[in-house]
Amino acid sequence: MDLHFGDSKPTDEERAAVDALLGPPESAWEGADRSAADLRWARGGREARDRRDLLLPGLHALNDRVGWISEGALDYLCRRLTVPPAEAYGVATFYAMFSVKPRPATVLHVCTDLACTAAGATRLCAAVETRLGPGSGVQVERSPCLGLCERAPAALVIRAGDDPARPAIEDEAVRTEGGAGGTAPGVEGGPSRSSAAGSGEGKGRRGRAVSRATAVCAPATIDTAIGTATAPENAPSEPPPAAAVPQAGDPTLTLLKRVGTADPASLDDYRAHGGYTALRRAFALGPAGVIREVTDSGLLGRGGAAFPTGRKWQATASQPDHPHYLVCNADESEPGTFKDRVLMEGDPYALVEAMTIAAYATGAHQGYLYLRGEYPRALHRMEHAITRARARGLLGDDILGQGYAFDIEIRRGAGAYICGEETALFNSLEGHRGEPRAKPPFPVEKGLFGKPTVENNVETLVNVLPVLTMGAPAYAAIGTKTSTGPKLYCVSGSVARPGVYELPFGATLGELLTLAGVRDNLRAVLLGGAAGGFVRPDELAVPLTFEGTREAGTTLGSGVVMAFDDTVPLPRLLLRIAEFFRDESCGQCVPCRVGTVRQEEALHRIVERTGADAAGDIALLREVGRAMRDASICGLGQTAWNAVESAIDRLGAYE
Amino acid sequence: MTVTPLGIPRRLLEFTLDGEPVRAPEGSTILDACRAAGKDIPTLCEGDTLTPKNACRVCVVEVEGSRTLVPACSRKAEPGMEVRTGTERARHSRKVVLELLASCVDLSTTPRVAEWLKEYEAKPDRFGPAAARLNEEPKVDNDLYVRDYDKCILCYKCVDACGDQWQNTFAISVAGRGFDARIAVEHDAPLTDSACVYCGNCIEVCPTGALSFKSEFDMRAAGTWDASRQTETTTVCAYCGVGCNLTLHVQDNEIVKVTSPHDNPVTHGNLCIKGRFGYQHVQNRD
Repeated sequence: MDLHFGDSKPTDEERAAVDALLGPPESAWEGADRSAADLRWARGGREARDRRDLLLPGLHALNDRVGWISEGALDYLCRRLTVPPAEAYGVATFYAMFSVKPRPATVLHVCTDLACTAAGATRLCAAVETRLGPGSGVQVERSPCLGLCERAPAALVIRAGDDPARPAIEDEAVRTEGGAGGTAPGVEGGPSRSSAAGSGEGKGRRGRAVSRATAVCAPATIDTAIGTATAPENAPSEPPPAAAVPQAGDPTLTLLKRVGTADPASLDDYRAHGGYTALRRAFALGPAGVIREVTDSGLLGRGGAAFPTGRKWQATASQPDHPHYLVCNADESEPGTFKDRVLMEGDPYALVEAMTIAAYATGAHQGYLYLRGEYPRALHRMEHAITRARARGLLGDDILGQGYAFDIEIRRGAGAYICGEETALFNSLEGHRGEPRAKPPFPVEKGLFGKPTVENNVETLVNVLPVLTMGAPAYAAIGTKTSTGPKLYCVSGSVARPGVYELPFGATLGELLTLAGVRDNLRAVLLGGAAGGFVRPDELAVPLTFEGTREAGTTLGSGVVMAFDDTVPLPRLLLRIAEFFRDESCGQCVPCRVGTVRQEEALHRIVERTGADAAGDIALLREVGRAMRDASICGLGQTAWNAVESAIDRLGAYE
Repeated sequence: MTVTPLGIPRRLLEFTLDGEPVRAPEGSTILDACRAAGKDIPTLCEGDTLTPKNACRVCVVEVEGSRTLVPACSRKAEPGMEVRTGTERARHSRKVVLELLASCVDLSTTPRVAEWLKEYEAKPDRFGPAAARLNEEPKVDNDLYVRDYDKCILCYKCVDACGDQWQNTFAISVAGRGFDARIAVEHDAPLTDSACVYCGNCIEVCPTGALSFKSEFDMRAAGTWDASRQTETTTVCAYCGVGCNLTLHVQDNEIVKVTSPHDNPVTHGNLCIKGRFGYQHVQNRD
């Protein structure tokens, strides 16, 4: 590949950030100073190009250190990885968390999505912007759902700087596993701390003393948001994960039983609470036996599509092409969803164990955990858990002395809802733009790196543990005939006790809302998130099962249950949903790229209108929505009109 | 002597197209079968020399058992498939896709699109005067060709032709996301600062005229471009020994642009900068 690079040079800081990830360059062909040997020896070909998948971690390394991605930095990263600069530029501009223009080192992401808007995020964001003003060294950005809906309104501070776990000058090749710029694992509480914090005032980019920090501020007030943004290292710790689980400690829980009862940092505590019994059972059963159990359990995927997990595993395991890959989709970005975050923060070893079982069953030796970029605490927890498991021989070349090799690499997302689509996630992992692929071929045949891949959601994988410990028949006895097992629900909005709830399939929406303490003036419930649909307060008898919600003409999706009272103007909510899809459309296919824009425009026109005044635009919305549903490439475009349609048809919005 | 590669004999598979049984060679797409059966399916992002990207979704058809419509350009025909091309559902999506495109992109130089807009009764105006458009100015930053992204439907053909499907130069990519996505070189720089080698193979595949010869762009601006007065002469490039075919488009005894036959078994419509743009000496009358 004959690449062309411009004249821009990276700064020392940028070079150090990339080298910390990739190691020092070996020759002038990948960015070192030219030596006599380079004239006689060329490095290129497939071997040089094979590291393309490190492009996203490389962009993260730059963004973590400097806060934005300059021309020189991008060119240097491209040289190191033999990636065409135009393509890398296309990738860097794809993700919301990256900037190719200079910006302050500190970015304050204020969630303005559904639950947070209902909790006053619009005013919060405007006030924070006014108070901070220009020149404050903090960039305020309106963010799609941050997955902190139980603590709305939420804000996330990301400050670029030196890695506190690492010396400023990297001579020794400290390489964090997974390539993500990790911080000291196992630190209790979200924000990574460092005594080397800067003055806090900081256009810290040039101040060498400023260290990288992330902090979550939820529920946020104007003062706490500004305080956290100016000094993220001093932010108060987040409440423990169990605070998001109102049922914590209930002995009948299956998936959430360890959240709040076992120390998420302790592998011993995990084992003392029943950890790694499922993996032992898996080794006793053998791969085919595990797949049989999972198939017999009737486990359906929990990410939203409800595909039978056993069938997916069987299809991957039987592919003659090798290697097989396992990908865990932890890019939880559906507005209103936060169950995977709570699982990873509260019971990280469960996911490590479940991924090991899935890989064993499907013949994979390498697993990727694609983790949402906006989840700093989940990242710390998972990094720590994976490191501990590796040190104890529960990951690596010879797991539990069974001669089976498996390891997990964490890859961080960078702010793109579409990367939760399974094939878009593959492209993102491979270092391409996160655009969905055409199916067929399906991932079980040609997935990650073109190889057979099984991709499962976090909650799906965690369900495999009870399937194996209690056995398929006992697991299948939970729930209904066609929706088996326990299910997690993310309840937020107008309820007294928002959080993640675990109920067996078949409980009604009303039962769940009563458990969460729904308030009296309920106006609507959004099921399944932005891609889901609204139901009325008189439809609370809907059984929460895949078939039950389908019969009721709605969807369970990823388990979002968002309650809205009559103080929230419905047209504003619909407009926010439409904005979300417009912002998150990848732009590949016309129905979604332009359709989501036209949908938002029409909803904007009728935000204050009703009846005959809105009829024309509603008819237009129906036509555009139908084409998006029928003709879009992937689920994003196909579902972009669902919530709006349900609000018009079921709730009588605009009547 | 012309050698037509025959390839390995392919099995014929049978399926139903609009109620009629048809036979298509294994591996052919629904679109291939439609064209063989004389059915006219609109296409924009499909290219005869490129792997289908199925991004424009204007060729969608209904396939029995499929939850959504499927793109005819990329879906392979399967035995027993029941395909319907003219249903209300398929026509509705095509209509809306054409409306969505025409409401934000300048399709004035896209061949056949006016005919399709009429056929599908598309009304791009109904999104109102405030409907967002691309609003791009033509990028004229070199002497050879112009990038007028106000006419770009983001079909990815230029990216594929520049990248691993033909040229392997990788000078352009899609940058940005969603409605703000645009074709760009690295750092959105002028073409002259990029990896571009000016082969013009992107112009060859551009379906909308967003990419055009500077000569064509200037003549259109001056109002002197008149395709009906042009002749096309296919000849052999005189520069090197490869012997690429050139098609010279001549208006008023002047070469106004150069293309290359896509069915050429060696070059498939691709040229280099010399063949594509180096024709001035032919017209040197001194």
